[in-house]
Amino acid sequence: MNTNYWSWDRLTEAFPFVLEGIGMTIAVTFATFLFALIFGFVWLFLRRIPNRSLNWFVTWIMEFIRSTPPLVQLFFLYFAWPVIPYVGVTLSAFTCAVVGLGIHFSTYIGEIYRSGIESVEKGQWEAATALNFSIRDKWLKIILPQAIPPTIPMLGNYFIILFKEVPITSTIGVQGILYMANTFGARNWAYIEALTIVGLILLALSYPSALCIRKLEVKMNTRFNNNANKKTNKGVTSQ
Amino acid sequence: MTEPIVRYQNVHKSFGDVEVLKGIDLDIYPAEKIAIIGPSGSGKTTIIRMLMTLEEPTSGDIIVDGTNLWKMEKDEKMVKANEKHLRSVRGDIGMVFQHFNLFPHMTILENCMTAPIHVKGEDKKEVEQRSIEMLERVGLGDKIHNYPSQLSGGQKQRVAMARALVMRPKIMLFDEVTSALDPELVGEVLEVIRDIAKNDDMAMVLVTHEMDFALDIADKVLFLDEGVIAEQGTASDIIEHSQNERLQEFLSRFRA
Amino acid sequence: MNPIMDIAPQLARGLSITLTILVASALFAYLMAFIAGLCSLSKNILIRKITGLYVEIFRGTSLIVQLFWLVYAIPILFGLSLASNWVIGVMAIGLNYGAYLSEVVRSSILAVAPGQFEAAIALNMSSFQRMRLVIFPQAVRMMLPEFGNYTIQMLKGTALVSLIGLNDVLYFGNILRSSNLSYGPLIYIMVLVFYFILALPLIFLTRKAEKVAKKGVASS
Ligand SMILES: Nc1ncnc2c1ncn2[C@@H]1O[C@H](COP(=O)(O)OP(=O)(O)OP(=O)(O)O)[C@@H](O)[C@H]1O
Ligand SMILES: [Mg+2]
Repeated sequence: MNTNYWSWDRLTEAFPFVLEGIGMTIAVTFATFLFALIFGFVWLFLRRIPNRSLNWFVTWIMEFIRSTPPLVQLFFLYFAWPVIPYVGVTLSAFTCAVVGLGIHFSTYIGEIYRSGIESVEKGQWEAATALNFSIRDKWLKIILPQAIPPTIPMLGNYFIILFKEVPITSTIGVQGILYMANTFGARNWAYIEALTIVGLILLALSYPSALCIRKLEVKMNTRFNNNANKKTNKGVTSQ
Repeated sequence: MTEPIVRYQNVHKSFGDVEVLKGIDLDIYPAEKIAIIGPSGSGKTTIIRMLMTLEEPTSGDIIVDGTNLWKMEKDEKMVKANEKHLRSVRGDIGMVFQHFNLFPHMTILENCMTAPIHVKGEDKKEVEQRSIEMLERVGLGDKIHNYPSQLSGGQKQRVAMARALVMRPKIMLFDEVTSALDPELVGEVLEVIRDIAKNDDMAMVLVTHEMDFALDIADKVLFLDEGVIAEQGTASDIIEHSQNERLQEFLSRFRA
Repeated sequence: MNPIMDIAPQLARGLSITLTILVASALFAYLMAFIAGLCSLSKNILIRKITGLYVEIFRGTSLIVQLFWLVYAIPILFGLSLASNWVIGVMAIGLNYGAYLSEVVRSSILAVAPGQFEAAIALNMSSFQRMRLVIFPQAVRMMLPEFGNYTIQMLKGTALVSLIGLNDVLYFGNILRSSNLSYGPLIYIMVLVFYFILALPLIFLTRKAEKVAKKGVASS
């Protein structure tokens, strides 16, 4: 049976133990985010291919990935992928976390890229064509410099959302802070203190970051006076 | 001589450090039509917004029908009016805005009916009939079940006037009601105002840049300049006899 | 024997938990959203601060952590086994998404054009009438798409309750897989399809809400 009371001693004991997982939590967050940033381009390019049925198909695949639980997607990769004939290989928990959450989040990131590009006014495209820029220059000199800045706060938001989603990877054995807290809990028959610490760590890291991003958002909005922000709030727990 | 229905007594208004109204004294009599003219930023809008309780004066009193609008008596002292006091006084005042401010989620008829029913507790059937009559009067009898988004600017503004009129105010305030309209729609709105001015016996205060129109219908014209009433009188006083140079310059810019 | 036909009824046994958790936690979240959203606009600074604390704590940490935390905290705070895990699951999801949605409520109310507020005053409406007749109906239209999006998020969140021993769709999927390892891929794909089918009506409602939101709100 679990210990049914709060203990400050256990809290101080649990703190260093849980903290051992922080490196892993952060590593998974960064690796997953990088994966999602790259994979987001895949969606972006797939959707720019001018083929209606392909477009429709890709849109629904994205919708499927986005509206089903990431937890199940992780279980699929970790428990089920290895038994698939031919392609199935055993993946480490870390790899599963990065690929699973990465793909899940890439569907949101792809939308952000798209909104960034759509936020560039039509006139800018026409001007670039009128000035006879090469395709490469059109993108590098005209479109991207305008498309990227407004996406930065949105990407920042999703980074924080991702960070808060990473603890679910403890269920497949990624040894982050939540995993450590559960281990501590199992050893001591007392979970509450360790879980409280997990909550405090998450809060201590995510809240200041969220404040920074809100500031950045305000700055960007006044500078670029741009409505891309509003367009993609198709959101996971967005701000 | 009848009593004024509204009295401004030495009213000042500041936004932050900037004093935009520097002591306004003004009497408005029942059924009187007043036009307020003056350069942009002179404080015209602010004057009438204070009467509509949208802006609180920094100092001075506004008396409506003998009652102090922004102050009330409590424990034998005059204190800042609360919501209840404001509501009890501003019921006689109606306002039409530059940007119409129609309720987009209601049909035109509902726009007109909401307030009499909910605010004044009037009978729904009676209000409906009155609203339809009013909408017919402003020329929108065939649109009563449309939503504001389906109307032109001029039509919206006429609805806004009907909505205010259905409340049967004793004083109507108009804040540049034609300046957000396309030029070809201005006429239809002015016609409605002219009709109201001629046939209704409520007092009207018009803030406007339509100089000829204002001078035509107003009993009294105020020239507001840098936060004070620099000149006032009948239209002919203002046009022909004023010695005020800034007024002359202002008029020459606005009149052909 | 068609394995799909074998697996589907097994997974369907979890539907009632998944659905009841979703409906109950969504209703609870909406309630919290309106309470906290309105409180965050209160004139009283203490009410605003307390609401802010609730919102930041629940938005600043993870749903899974809140869920586990409540499982252990509720017996300590309110005595042993006062609440079933079903109730705890509903509380965790409802409180978490209530916090996010309260921001939606707040910002939608603030987004109603100020002219609407002024017109309501000019018609001598009381502050309650202004809210009920003018501000709220417009704010709610703006909220709808985000409420739809977050309800889909809540559906995804319900999968976590399998971790506290509730017999939802994922729970039965896990059970099934442990006895038929080679069917694992098919089982989890079917679990995903189950969730997706549940999400579909929400996806369409959200799209519809986006259309409604575009209409019927003052632009200036
Ligand atoms: N809410 C406010 N906060 C700060 N300053 C304000 C506010 N409202 C008005 N002002 C300032 O007060 C002055 C008078 O404004 P007001 O709108 O009354 O002028 P106006 O005569 O109606 O001008 P216009 O012809 O342009 O409508 C202006 O300088 C304006 O910038
Ligand atoms: Mg003005």
